[in-house]
Amino acid sequence: MAETTLTHTSQLDRPPGWRGIAADWASDQRAFKNVSWGKAMMWIFLLSDTFIFGCFLLSYMTARISTRVPWPNPSEVFALRIGGSEIPLILIAIMTFVLISSSGTMAMAVNFGYRRDRRKTAILMLLTAALGATFVGMQAFEWTKLITEGVRPWGNPWGAAQFGSCFFMITGFHGTHVTIGVIFLIIVARKVWRGDFDVGRPGFFTSRRGRYENVEIMGLYWHFVDLVWVFIFAFFYLW
Amino acid sequence: MAEATANGLGQHALHPHDAAIVAKAETHQEHPIKLYLVVWAWLFILSTCSYLVDYFGLHGYLRWSLILIFMMLKAGLIVAVFMHMAWERLAMMYAIILPPILVLVFVTMMVLEADYTLLTRIAFFGPGP
Repeated sequence: MAETTLTHTSQLDRPPGWRGIAADWASDQRAFKNVSWGKAMMWIFLLSDTFIFGCFLLSYMTARISTRVPWPNPSEVFALRIGGSEIPLILIAIMTFVLISSSGTMAMAVNFGYRRDRRKTAILMLLTAALGATFVGMQAFEWTKLITEGVRPWGNPWGAAQFGSCFFMITGFHGTHVTIGVIFLIIVARKVWRGDFDVGRPGFFTSRRGRYENVEIMGLYWHFVDLVWVFIFAFFYLW
Repeated sequence: MAEATANGLGQHALHPHDAAIVAKAETHQEHPIKLYLVVWAWLFILSTCSYLVDYFGLHGYLRWSLILIFMMLKAGLIVAVFMHMAWERLAMMYAIILPPILVLVFVTMMVLEADYTLLTRIAFFGPGP
């Protein structure tokens, strides 16, 4: 592990600002001075994931700009009939609030993790997982609704054929990320609950001792999933 | 955010020999709970605003600019506070945030390319069904 060269932030005696960048990246040393390897690697993974979602949204943009056929109006496509009146985009709005709430509970879990409050951390993580599962459930409902209405990757009743392929690709990939996140959350919550990070129990796969920082690393992934949804919501559903 | 601290609280509890090393290794991102609640509330407000853009059926540049503003504010809050990027060193921030911004070059290329595709489609197949 990285114990050797890491130091505590408050004690970190290094230049700030631009001089800091040059000094931190200079040769024969580690660039991220007070970030553990686990957190740095999660950030770099998330950066690569950003490019994947960036490419999906870019191809969607390209398809939408270059088609002569009018794009289906998402406001009407994703409307739900509640109490006799059509409410535009309401399911997507609820999904957005659910995911933001799960991000909030995750941030709390990280906080209680560092306070070594095992019980609250585990409960908040399980709550986050439950909200994530709710999100995936609502997405499954949305897919079912659209498929029964005749949306296919190669066509749909309302306009440009590319709508279906963009929709299934982007939301499907995001839903997969949420699902993986829920599984990941449950695994880490179990470890917290059992006190693995207090007694330094070796992990089942790497045999390394976990730390409460693992909760924060898990949180980074979960917030990223929320972050991607912010962009999908803006570009796919609202645009 | 001046009250926010990054400390190694409670690390000395169970394994004295390990904990001493680990306490040095980790930077703890521990901030007051109130900060998270405030950000959470703002994310709710901003999401409601972006939903209302659609609900009231705003159109054209007003709609697009509002969508982009709310999107960037939400993304900024999530990355800065929830993901603790605001408290990282500048070397880390630039390493992670700069590359996605460069994707805008790719966006520009694809906008030009898609416009050209549309033009040729209109030229050869007419202005649409």
